[in-house]
Formats: sequence, C-alpha cells, structure tokens
Amino acid sequence: MEKHYLSVLVENNEGVLARISSLFCQRGFNIDSLTVSATDNPEISRITIVTTGDEASFRQIRKQTEKLVETKTLFPLNLRTSLLRELLLIKLRSNTEIKNKIEKLAEKNGAVVIDVSVGCVVLELTGEPEKIDKFLSKLKDFEIIEMCRTGVTAMERGEATYSLSV
Amino acid sequence: MLLTGAEIIAEVLIEQGVDTVFGYPGGSVLNIYDALYLYKDKINHYMSAHEQGACHAADGYARLTGKTGVVISTSGPGATNLVTGIATAYMDSVPLVAITGNVPTSLIGKDSFQEVYIAGITMPITKHNFTVRSVEDLADTLRSAFKIANSGRPGPVLVDVPKDITSNKAEFSKKPVTPEPVEQKSFKNLEKVASLINSAKFPVVYLGGGVRISSAEQELFEFLKKADIPATYTIMAAGVLGYGDELNMGLIGMHGSKTANLAVDNADLVLAIGTRFSDRVALNPQKFARRARIVHIDIDPSEIGKNVPADVSIIGDVKKVLTELLPMVKKAKHADWLSQINEWRKKDYCPTDDDSVLKPHQVMAAICDAAGEDAVFITDVGQHQMWAAQYIRHIKTRSFLTSGGLGTMGYGYGAALGAAVADKENRPIIHITGDGSFHMNMNEACTAVSYNLPVITVIMNNSVLGMVRQWQKSFYGKRFSSSEPERKTNYKAVAEGFGLTGFRCENLAEFKEAMDKALKLGGPVWIECVIDREEAVLPMIPAGGSVDDIIIN
Repeated sequence: MEKHYLSVLVENNEGVLARISSLFCQRGFNIDSLTVSATDNPEISRITIVTTGDEASFRQIRKQTEKLVETKTLFPLNLRTSLLRELLLIKLRSNTEIKNKIEKLAEKNGAVVIDVSVGCVVLELTGEPEKIDKFLSKLKDFEIIEMCRTGVTAMERGEATYSLSV
Repeated sequence: MLLTGAEIIAEVLIEQGVDTVFGYPGGSVLNIYDALYLYKDKINHYMSAHEQGACHAADGYARLTGKTGVVISTSGPGATNLVTGIATAYMDSVPLVAITGNVPTSLIGKDSFQEVYIAGITMPITKHNFTVRSVEDLADTLRSAFKIANSGRPGPVLVDVPKDITSNKAEFSKKPVTPEPVEQKSFKNLEKVASLINSAKFPVVYLGGGVRISSAEQELFEFLKKADIPATYTIMAAGVLGYGDELNMGLIGMHGSKTANLAVDNADLVLAIGTRFSDRVALNPQKFARRARIVHIDIDPSEIGKNVPADVSIIGDVKKVLTELLPMVKKAKHADWLSQINEWRKKDYCPTDDDSVLKPHQVMAAICDAAGEDAVFITDVGQHQMWAAQYIRHIKTRSFLTSGGLGTMGYGYGAALGAAVADKENRPIIHITGDGSFHMNMNEACTAVSYNLPVITVIMNNSVLGMVRQWQKSFYGKRFSSSEPERKTNYKAVAEGFGLTGFRCENLAEFKEAMDKALKLGGPVWIECVIDREEAVLPMIPAGGSVDDIIIN
C-alpha cells in the first residue's frame, strides 16, 4: 500500500468539499489528509489529498474525482518534482527547567516557539510531512497536551502546467 | 421580460423542448404549480400517487424516448421520496432532471417544516446537483442541469429551489439550445483494436446499455455481420439484438444463457461495448473471459479497469467509435466458432411446457404473441424480471425498460406509466411484475385510471418473494425467512376498487383470453397469473462463481 498525493483544482462552490469527501467515502478510499486552499483565482480552490492504496485503486479514484462537474483539473503529485508542506502546532507541558530543553530542540529542528503560558509552550513547525514526523519522534520525553497537523498542501516546481489563474 | 422564478422554470422547460413533466404538488412548490397551471397548454403535468412513482415515470419516459425526463416534487418528504427513483436512474445512466422545492431561503438550516438537505442526500446518486440561491441564477442553473443530464454518460441532476426563489422576479430572455460542438478527433487505439479483431479466432462481443444510449444499433449490426462475431448482452441492452439472429447468443451473466457464458469463457477476444463488467455479469472478475484479450469501449473513462482490467480500451461514444472502426475491420467468417456455439445452443437450458398450469416462459411467449412486435415491456425486479429478460422475444431497441443496476422493486408501474405517456404510436404497454414488487407501488393504479393510460399489468403471482426464496432454497437450507408472506390480496377486487379491470388466470388458455381482452379494452388492466412457487430462474451462476458453477436444474 502506497501513499499517493493528488492535487485537484475545483470550482470554489459551496458543497464541493462535501462532494469530494463523499465520493472517497462512498467508494471506500481512505483519506489520510485533505486540505482546501484558496488560490490566486477566487473562483478556484486547490484541494490536496493524501490517500493510501494500491496503484489500481488510486487510478480509479482519480478518474472518479475527474468526473465531478466541479473538478477543473486534477493531477497526481510526483514527490520529486513537487513541494509538499504541512504545518504543525503542538502544545507541550513545560516548566522553567524543561522550557530550555524544548527551546533548544525547537531551534535545532527549525520549529518556533509561538506561545509561552503558565505550564506549557506551543511550537510551530512547517515542512514536509516526513520532517514533522521526525520532529514528533524526538518529543518522546515531553508530555504532549494538544497537537494538530494541517495536512499537506502542495504545488509543483517550475512553470505551472495546470494553473487556472485569473 | 420580468418573470417570477416559477415562470422562469416553465420557460426554461419549454426552451429545453420539454412538454411533459411528472410530479406531485406541495407547499414549497405551490408557485411552480401555479405557473404550470398558466402554462398547461404547453407543458403536460402528470400527477402520481407518490413521488417515487413520478420519478420512475420520468425515468420510463426518458428511457423510451431518449429525451431527458423531468420530475417535480415538494421539499422534505416529497424530495426524499424521489431518492430511490433518482438512484435507479443514476445506476442505469438515465437522463433525468429532478426539480425539488425547498423552504424559503430565510428558513433554510433551521429544521423548518418539511425541510431536508436534499442536495446533500442526493450527492452520491446524481451526476451533479444544484441549490439555487438567487432567482437571477435560476435559468442558467436549469440549463446547466439539462446539459449535464444529457451529455457524455447521461444521468440524473437535481435542482433544489427554495420557495422564495420561485416567487422572486428576474429578467428572463430565451436562449436557444445549441448542440455541443462536435470535436472531430480520432480515437486512440483504433488500429490496435482492429488488428486484434482481424486476428481473433474466437471473438465475442459483449454489449451493454451504452449501445442503446448512443443509438449505435445499426453500426453494431454492420460491425457484427462484417466481422462475423457472435454477441451477448446485459439486461440493459435487451432488444438491441434482434430475437433469433444467428449471432445473438442471448443474455450474459448470472441468469444468462449457458451458451453466452461458455462463449465468453472460451473466447480469445472479448469486445465489451458500452458496458461496465458489473458483478451480475463478471461474477468472478478473475475468471471472467480468462482466455481472452479484453477490449473495452466506453464513453466513461472511469469504467475502464474498474471491475475487470482491459488489455486495450477506447474511450468515446460507442456510435462514433464503431463508425470509425468499421472500415478497419476485415470481412470475416468464423464458421468453426459459430458451429461450436450452435452445439452449445442445442444443449442449453430449455424449460418444459405445461399448458394446464402457467409456466413463466409460456406466459412470456403468450405475451409476445398477443402484444406483437411493437410492444414496450416494463418490468419490476425479481424472478419475473429475469424471465422477461430471458423469454421476451426482444425485437426493438428502447422497448425493454427495467431497473438493471439498482434492482428497484416497485420501479415497473411508474416507469410503465411514463412509457404510456411517452408513446404516441399506440404501442401496447406491458408491465410485467411479481406479487412482491407490485405490492410496493401498486398505488400508481390510481394514476393509470386518472389519465386512462393503457398499461397492461401482468402479475406473476407465486405468493412468495420468488427470488429471495430461490436463494434461500439453493443456498440457505430452505429456511424461508420472511419470503412467504401468505398475503391474501384479491387482485381482481383491488383492481376494480381502483376503477380498472382485473383478470385472474390459472392456465395458459385463460391467460391468452385475458391478454386479448386487455389489449382490446385499451385502458389500464391487471392480469394476475397464478404460478407455482417452486418455479426457479435458470440457468443460474451463483454470486462470485463462473460458468463452471452454472446451475441448470
């Protein structure tokens, strides 16, 4: 079972997200993450979907998604030629003693402390999903109070082949 | 001109060439019905007993004519009652526009009386759906709905219109319906497919509803004759191949002929045309056409490789593809292959006659004898549906209306009414049903009476849910769980209660007499046929099996 990355440019209508997620659900395709992003064209949104499955089922869900009336274009993202980014927010239990450790670890890994409150700190990290996974694995010694990841948003390197700019 | 939303709906319907709609009034569509009253010389509205019946009627109308069917219902329960009808149309690729009223915009989202989020409910069973948010958008939204419903692979589209939109006014100007510009592009893989056809020794064509939808019957005949290829069909293509044609091997799949299933199993090339390898055809996708190269021709790219992988595919309208393929195919004779098929034919399943009772195959034959070649047949779902598919002597395309994909019991009566409304040539309209299916929507009898629609309903009454019971008999140790309801329905009396004529028959002579009388009466009639509950649909390949597992007795 492989992870697949799909970029879908859709008409920015109400219900379009429901339609796409309903389609995946109906046909039994797993969504690992899904993000909806505004684009430079207010009528177009970009949906980035990460899904796990074999090649045949990925081909099938691509064709099904392509059939939706609101789908303008869609393309699988090649990991080598695409830029994938995800945002992590994580709240860790902290005190004066631990705080220093957390700050050091954050700095070493490119994360930023964006809030310090009584008893906890919040870190922000942006990067490829693997980078975030790696960072999370280094936090085993700390108590996580809350965490959220945005899911992947992505675009291809170089000249855009699929741009639907205004 | 400044028109209300309701008037705009009527105007767009006329603009789209719609003169017939089906539906049921209610609170949220009062404005629309008021407009229909004003436009009644241009748009005929047929009111059903239940919205489901109206939706099936629009579906039957569409299947018979090839035009887009239109159904109107009110919000809430009116809209949810359409759901089975919409899903039926979706599974069989029937062009349909459903217009639902909804509560006024200001009341949406507040659990108002008769409010339901029908756009959400119907998302997975429509090609697309719309909620109209302003009267200015209404006309173009409806135009898009018609365009989507009838383009590419057809299907249902729902347009939800809040009540205030139907009373608000907007400027309306007519837009002529312009046909889609035809792209003159050649199809990929034509040469590959032609060379596969030209070198095949044991080719088979397996065709589906797409051939009928694309009106490719003539192109298909020419192709089959020229390349001398025997063909089998799914229930969605019943009537495309003429009865008795040497190249016609009959139905494929679970209740298909043994000949057709053997031919696909032994073929070295299977051409699947306008079809989707459903689980009732390719019961075991690994074993289906296991010795053959598979060529798949369909308009919908998502069907290629969905159920059974294809070696080569052509994506496009069947008629256009066949037109381009025809000159590339060499004239051929497959004498040995056809004589092998004839051998299988001689040994195929053949039911025995018995005139003293009513045998399903004899009832079907008697229906054909009485109704003639022009008849339109509409079925419900179950054993009677399979008997009709197997034994009706299909002659004409678009003349066998049945719920193939969804398998909707209760489809038949509504669809038959739609067909009767659509028919302008006085063709006999024969609705073949079972006692199980008929109990689901027999209420539409009142509609048949209201409009004096000449639907002859033949009820194959075995007093049980025959198909369920047949499976319980074969696969569940004869534990007849909830399949023997012991109903005491007196069909003749119920028919008379509705204001139509009823007959009851127990043997072939009685049935023939009743059919003749019914055809002469010209109004709605019910004919109850008492049949033995042990009658089974044969042959049968169990779900997931192959032709090796075929049950013949």
